[in-house]
Parts: sequence; C-alpha cells; structure tokens
Amino acid sequence: MTTTSLTPPATQRRRAASGGRPPGRSGTGTSRPGSAWAAPAAVFFALFALVPLVLVAALSLSSWDGLSGPEFVGLGNWKKLLDDPVMLKSLWLSVLLTVLGVAIQTPLSILLGVWAAGHQRNRAVLSAIYFVPLLLSATAVSVLWRAVLDPNFGVPAQVSWLFGDGNLFGVQSSAIGVLVFVSAWQFTPLHTLIYQGAARAVPQVLYQAARIDGAGTVRQFFHITLPQLRNSIITSMILMVVGGLTTFETVLILTQGGPGTDTTISAFYMYQKAFKSYDYGTASAIGVLLVLVATVISLIMVRLSGYGKMRSTMEGL
Amino acid sequence: MIKRRPNYLAGFGSLVWLFLVGLPLYVMLTATFQSRSDYAENGPLALPDSFTLDNYLKNLDNTESGFGQYFLNTLIVTVCVVGIVLLLVPPLSYAIVRSRSRLTNTVFRLFLLGLAIPSQAVIVPMFYVISQAGLYDNLVGVILPTAAFAMPVCALVLTGAMRDITPDLYEAMTVDGASSRRIFFRLVLPLSRGGLSTIVVFSALQAWNGFLFPLVLTQSAETKVITMGLYDFQTEHGVDTPGLFAAVVLSMLPILLVYLFARRALVQGLMGVGGK
Repeated sequence: MTTTSLTPPATQRRRAASGGRPPGRSGTGTSRPGSAWAAPAAVFFALFALVPLVLVAALSLSSWDGLSGPEFVGLGNWKKLLDDPVMLKSLWLSVLLTVLGVAIQTPLSILLGVWAAGHQRNRAVLSAIYFVPLLLSATAVSVLWRAVLDPNFGVPAQVSWLFGDGNLFGVQSSAIGVLVFVSAWQFTPLHTLIYQGAARAVPQVLYQAARIDGAGTVRQFFHITLPQLRNSIITSMILMVVGGLTTFETVLILTQGGPGTDTTISAFYMYQKAFKSYDYGTASAIGVLLVLVATVISLIMVRLSGYGKMRSTMEGL
Repeated sequence: MIKRRPNYLAGFGSLVWLFLVGLPLYVMLTATFQSRSDYAENGPLALPDSFTLDNYLKNLDNTESGFGQYFLNTLIVTVCVVGIVLLLVPPLSYAIVRSRSRLTNTVFRLFLLGLAIPSQAVIVPMFYVISQAGLYDNLVGVILPTAAFAMPVCALVLTGAMRDITPDLYEAMTVDGASSRRIFFRLVLPLSRGGLSTIVVFSALQAWNGFLFPLVLTQSAETKVITMGLYDFQTEHGVDTPGLFAAVVLSMLPILLVYLFARRALVQGLMGVGGK
C-alpha cells in the first residue's frame, strides 16, 4: 500500500479543489479529475455555440447585406423592428402558437402517459404505434401533413362535409389550427413518454393506501398521480415553450407564413429577413430577442427544477 | 394491481388518438404503392386497388433525385456528430460530477445556458462563421454546429447518469490506488451505459433529422442531406404526392429499422432525455 491509499477522503477532496491538473498525472495525488477533462468539450462548445451567440448581439447593432462587411449602425435595427407591424404581429403569433400548444399537449400527454404506464399488453402495443411520429423528422412530418391536407388531392377534398371548401391554408384561423395540430401530432408522443416514465416511478404504496381509504380512480389521479408528476410537468412544459417559440420547419413547409403574414411567427420572420431580404442585421436583432426569451424561460426552469444545485438525482427521495 | 376497473374513458381517448396517429400514416403508406393518376382518382382515403413500386424505385434511382447521395451524406453527418459527442461529452460530464474545481462548475453553467440557445436564433452568425471558415456548402460545416447544439442536452443527461454512481465505488477504487483516468474507464463509463445510449440516440436523431443548419449552410446537390431532399422534392414536384410520400418513407426507414430491432433502447433513450 502506498501513502496515498491511506489518505482519508476529506484531505483528498481539499487537494482536488486546487483543480486544473492534467488527467494523466493525477494518479499520484488524487483520484478526482481536474478541469482539463472538461476543456475539449468546453472549447468546442464555445467555438460553435457561444461565439455565434456573441456575434448575434454584435450583428444586431450592424447593417450587413452579406456582400460587404458588417457596418455599425447602433440601435437602428431595433428602432426599425419596433415600428414594424409584422414583427409585433409575429411576436403575438409566436406566443399564441406556444400557449395553444402547451394547453393542448399537456393534458393530452399526461392522460396518454399515465394510461400507457399501465402494464397491460394492449397498452404496450398501442404505445408502440403512438411513438412512430417521434421517428419522423419535423421536415417529414410537415411534408406529410401538407400533402394529407392538400386542398385538391388531400383528405379535406374527400371529406368535404367536415372541412367545407377544404382549403385549410387559406384562412388565418384554420392555418393556425393546422400548425397547432401538426405540432401536437409530432410532439405529444415525446411528452407522453416523459409522463409514462414518471408515472411508472410513482410508488405503488401510495395507490394501495388510497384504495384502503376508499379513493376512486379519479381521486387517485388528482391526489396522487398529478402531484407526483410535478417535476415532469415542469420539464415537459419548458420543452414545449422553448420548442413552440422556435417552431420553424412546420411554418416554412406548411404555410410559408401565410396567408399573407398571418402565420409568420418570429423565428420564421427572422429567417425571411436574413435569407430572403438579406437584411442580416435586423434578423440578428430578432435572434437576440429569441435568445433572451428562451434564456429567461430556461433560468426559470433551472430554478424550479433545481438542476444546478442537485448533486445526485437520488437526492430528495 | 394498478386499477381494478377498466378505464373506459381513457380507453376511448386512446383509440381516438390512435386514429389520429394512424390516419396520415395509412394515407402515406397506401399512396406510395399507387400511381399518381390512381391516387388522384381514388382519393387519399380509398383502399388501394393497384400496386406499384415505381414511387420507391424512382426515388432510389440516382439520376432522377439522388436519394442515394442524400442518404450517404446524412449517414456521414450522423456518424460524425455521434462520434464528436461521444468523444467530448463523457469526459466533460465526468469532470462536472467529480471535479471540485470552480472552473468546471462555471463550464456546467455555460452548458445549462446553452440549453436555452435556440439554433434558429444564432443561424445568422453561424452562417457568417462557417462562411468565414471556408466551410460553406461543406458537410463539415453542418457537422460542427449540429454536434455543438446537441451537447447541452447530452451533458445534462450523462451528468445525471454519472451522479447515480455511489461515492463508495469511487472511494474503493481510490483506495486501490486507481488514477482518475482509470476510474473513468473502468468505473464511470461501464456504469453509465444507460446514459451513454441515451446520448447516442438523441444526437443521432438530431443529426439525422436536422434541417436548419443544412438549409442555411449548404447549397449544392453534393452536400444535400435527406431532409433537404424532402424539402426540395416538396417545393419542386409537390404535385407528385405518391412520389413525395415514398421519399418520406425512405427517409424514416433507417430509424424505423432501429426502432423495430432496438425499440427498448430507443424508447428508454428518449425517455432519458426528458425523464431525469
């Protein structure tokens, strides 16, 4: 036995706190990895995610058409955006789509998830089919639904008693309806999966105790299952909000932001500004707005779920 | 054990959802085996009365749409992204869980912040950076940002998995005189297999289904990935619905195969992304 092996753990912890040791040599002093282990990932991430993040802020203060170099214009882009009716409308539409998405997908996926958490054989088979939308890319989902809902060759043309003239993409309300529905079709399985996992983790003792007290299925659901799903509800809702605010492929492929600008949400408007109007500065300003909103939501998420503080996922059990 | 009475309401609801999920899949599959004129004539909901494989063959034929090339490109992107993630994230998570240095903690906070950066929001500067680096219209230019944006979730998932390893095991190996590198390879990696398969599933799906980075960062047919192929098909030959559907089926075929043969791993993997 060497002297190191006799060192009590507490001393090792203190020694490791100095950090910064390259991994190879650490065997002699301590068995804790230094921060060098995190360096390659950190550098890579900084280059391809954080540098663009800083640049987007810089570009939002410049005018750039993609040909000559960017030129500093101060708050010019921001002033333009404030006066832009399409921009304000796009913010409102982003919020509307997100709220509708959360309001529809949350109850649906909780019910489906809790239902799928049962161990009956038919549920396993049905769940297997439910998950198919998860395997399709957002592109494939949008392309698929665009063709299925096609006014001339799609389902609406064949089932006119339900869809009227069949052009769901021609009116704002039904175009928004399509976007909300297709997003729900695509993402409900993922959230169902989250709730299914969480519902299976609820201790059976709680249900047994409730049954002894004479609580029925509905009461069990509201007084045991729902409270126990709290953390999953937070995670899933945050995923929905961030995902909803940044919906892009669905809009690009299904409605192209139309009719007119009636489904032009902020993320899509930014794309148009950049790669259709070549107004990269204004597009960057919209990008900064998106980052700010998403960051605020994510910080709330970290606060609520305690990800940052948690030392072990088994803590608190 | 879970419920004594059958839950009719939930059962009915689940059937409604099954219908909604199944309907477009049915329309898509039956359409792919019909000719364009038959599909237009019979309508999407009819039972098919003819059978042809033309739609698939047309897509696979290189001269007409180049799907083979797109497949290869997508495969290259996916393998490289998964490779980068597997190379970089495990040491990172190990450091986050075990290192006591303040720097590592800051790095973790940066990655948590990264969870909130939507890729759309930085697409303009990404376009700028990739163009300046001379990687525009190059698969490398798609691989690097895709990998970077898959990393925060992967780091979070794997960190969660590694935190579940009990401290006693580390202590035991330390007592035996193991270096942190040895602990990493002999203890941490084997015991976080579940987390590792989750990040493989997640990053592979991100890469395979990626849309925005290829859309903005590539241009020519040589660098086209499958999602771009679908998008082009839709904008250029949108009226050829059966052909388009066949392209969609082809695009999901590899993932569907994985699903059929490794459903548990895939579902557990996706569950891990949201579940922890």
